[in-house]
Parts: sequence; C-alpha cells; structure tokens
Amino acid sequence: MTLRWVAQRLIQLGFVVLLAAAWHATTSRGTVSPLLLPPLGAVYHEFLGLVAAGKFWPDLAVSLYELLTAFFIAAGAGTIIGYLVSRSVYAIKVFDPLLAGVYAIPAILLFPLYVLYLGIGPASKIAMGATIAFFPIVLNTIAGLHYVDRVYVKAARSMGASPRQMYWSVMFPAAFPVMLTGLRIGLILAFLSILGTETIASFSGLGHRIVELGENMDTATMFAYIIFVVLISILLNLAVSLANRLGRRGLA
Amino acid sequence: MMTSLSPRLVRLGIILALLMTWEVYAREFGDPLFISPPSQVLAAVIHLAHNWEVVAAVGLTCWEVIIAFTLSVLAGLVLGLIVGVSRFVRGATYPMVLLLYAVPLATILPLFVVVFGIGPASKIAFGIAHGVLPVIMTVVAGVQNVEPVLITSARSMGASPRQVLTSVIFPHMIPSFFTGLRLAMTAVLFGVLLAELYVSQAGVGHFTTEFTQTFQPQNLFALVAVLAAIAVALNELCRGAESRFARWHT
Repeated sequence: MTLRWVAQRLIQLGFVVLLAAAWHATTSRGTVSPLLLPPLGAVYHEFLGLVAAGKFWPDLAVSLYELLTAFFIAAGAGTIIGYLVSRSVYAIKVFDPLLAGVYAIPAILLFPLYVLYLGIGPASKIAMGATIAFFPIVLNTIAGLHYVDRVYVKAARSMGASPRQMYWSVMFPAAFPVMLTGLRIGLILAFLSILGTETIASFSGLGHRIVELGENMDTATMFAYIIFVVLISILLNLAVSLANRLGRRGLA
Repeated sequence: MMTSLSPRLVRLGIILALLMTWEVYAREFGDPLFISPPSQVLAAVIHLAHNWEVVAAVGLTCWEVIIAFTLSVLAGLVLGLIVGVSRFVRGATYPMVLLLYAVPLATILPLFVVVFGIGPASKIAFGIAHGVLPVIMTVVAGVQNVEPVLITSARSMGASPRQVLTSVIFPHMIPSFFTGLRLAMTAVLFGVLLAELYVSQAGVGHFTTEFTQTFQPQNLFALVAVLAAIAVALNELCRGAESRFARWHT
C-alpha cells in the first residue's frame, strides 16, 4: 500500500510540476502573449500581494454576504415548504412532479428577468442563488420525510408520541441525512450561480472583480484572483463535507 | 371529496390558477415596461417566430448545446476509461478530477472569451468544461462497479484486454453512463447559457440583453419561455434514456 501510495502521490506531484514548468517555459520566452497567459512569477507575486494586503476583503465580503443570504432564504423556504408538502401523500403526488419539473428549467435563464426587476446590485444575485438552491433543498426535504421507515412511525405512535414529538424525535432525525444532501447541493449551486451572475452583470463581488481585471487586460492580477476564488471554493467544499459528516454522526 | 381528484388534474389546476393570477396582476397593476401578462407573452412567441434573427439565435444556441454535449460525452468517456480502468491510475488521477470539479468555472469565463473569442467557440468550450467532468466521474464510478470476479473470470477464459473492455466493462457501465449523460446535459446547458448571457454577438444572450435594455418584457419573457421549453425537452430526453437503460440487466 505504502509504495503504491507514494507512487500515486509522485504522479500527482509530477503532473503539477510539469504543468508549472510548461507554464513557465511558454511565458518566460514570450512564446505566448502575457495578455493571454501571464508569467507564473508575476501571478505568484500578485497573489502574495493580494493576500498580504487583504485587498480581497471587500469583494469576498460581498460574495459571502450574497451566498449566505441566498442560502438561508432557500434553506428556510425549502425546508418549510418541503415539510408542508410531505404532510400528506396526496400533496406529495400533486407538488413533487411540479417542483421537479420546474427544477429541470435552467434557472440561469431567469437572470435577465431578475436584473430587470432587482437591478445589477446584490439583490439579483441573492435571488438567483436562492432560486437555484431552493429546488434541491425542497425536493430532498420531501424525499427524506416521505421515505422515513414506517416502522419508526408506527413504533413511536404506539408508544404514544404526540404529533410534535413525532416530528422532532422521529421524522426529522430519520430524514436528516437526505435533507443534508439537499442543503449541501443547494449551497454549492448557490455559490456557483452567484459567482456566475456576478460575472454577467454586477458592480461588486469576486466574480465582478475577475471580469473587470480581465477587461482591463490586467491578466496577472486576474489569475491571482482566480486562484484565490478556487482556494475559497475548495475550502467551502471541505467545510461542507465536514459539516455533512458531523451532522450525520451527531444523529447516528 | 378532494382526494378523489387525480393529482394530475389538481396540478394542472394549480398551474392554470398561477397563470390567471399572473395575467390579472400584470393587466391591472403591473408596469408594462417590466411585466407582461401570459397572453401577450404567447403573442410575442408567435411574433418572435417570424423574426428571422431571433430564430437564428435560438438555433445557434441549440447547436452550441448539442456540439458541446456530444464532445463532452466523447471526451468524458475516453478520459473516464483512462482514469478508471486501472486501480493504480485511478488512485493517482481521480483526486485531481475531483479537485477540478470543485473549481467554480464561472470565474474563468473571461479566459474562455480571451482565448476563443466572443463567437460560438467560447460558448461551446465553456459548455464542454462544464459537461466533461460529470461524464468522467460517472464513467469512473461505472467501471469501479464492475465486479472484479467478472473481469477475472473473463480473463481466465482467455479474453483479450479489448474483449474485457467491450464485453464486460462497457455493458456494465451503461446505467451509470446514462446518469452521466443526464448530468452532462444539465451542466452543458448551464455553461452555454451562462456564456451566452455574459457576452454574445448573434446568440440568445444578445437578444436577452437587447430586450432588457429596451424594456420589451413580452419579448424577454417569450424568449426565456422558449429556451426553457427547449432545455426541459433536452433534459427530459436524457432522463428518459436514463430510466430506459438504467435497469437493463436486472
């Protein structure tokens, strides 16, 4: 195992080194225009400056504010509506295909409408993120609550659980893993759509900053920001999967 | 009794009620610069169907989606097989695929435009960037799910590596491969439409911008509705294929 493990890590390391070497080789001699691909050293320099001076804070704050607001709206609405729908089998039959059908529409198409109504400020991004995140959350809430093992429900009822106890002690804990999946997908989708819509029409946020730098042909700084956003999203993914694991363990 | 009604009928009723509310609200209270009732949107769809430029733009966007989807699937299949076929290679390369999947592609959209221009090429490339990773991941998952005993027994009966691939691995990959197709379609649609909305000369993004900036909500709604219908049809096609092939060997 250890030899294989070392060999596999070496391949990964080799790949990264090769990529960096190719980048350096093509840019240092001017084979590729620095406007297209800036020298690696320049990007590294810009990245260090960016992080050390904390220049990223205003844009990061805007994007995170949009993400958290959108996520809380979607999580609140999705969980409540999902709960209400899941209370009756008939309502599930009526609403579940309806919600799944709307989910099949690429919500990004609505963005021009949102810009028309809400302007190009954070509001249209929050609305977009919330719309995109809402559907996986509500569908997973319905699925989770609907497929709770009937034995649990019967057992709890026969032991005299009140409707409130039934929900808080049986239904929600049993449905939680599925609901958590919906919340995780919703958060990631909201993040992607917020960055995307900031790119399309915006005056603040990380997506906007990257586009602005690109349009000003300041490619080195743009690459530095792209690397920064990639690191942020890797952190976000790690945090989400950690929360996921903790959430599952907490209830197991 | 309420429960004796078919859910389908109730669903239709809800949709009609929502459309009616929208119609009444838009007619009575809405600002005609911002909202149009569904009846006018429907009229605008018919009107736009006679506008040659808009039809061409919708057609162009459909082409971008179809080309990006086809290339994503082909590239994803090949790359997925390379990554997934040996356990050693998978261990070395799969974490890199997962890492790439975590990259928010929207942030590198300007790079695509710099490299591929503002024409259809950048939309196709951006669509492929979105679509290829889900295919790779589901192909790898599919290869992983082939029971090792099947491969060992095929090999012990003298099957060549190519026969193992075509007669054992491919058939067992089919269910997850179709799941990959569905995910790829959703992702390609997102990528192409996002790139269209970002910058576009002749595609639908050009017209959504124009209709928004010149306050023609009926045309904007109509175009969005048509695109949504096309997107749903493409998604449904993939979902239908998935549910048809998902349980072929049971």
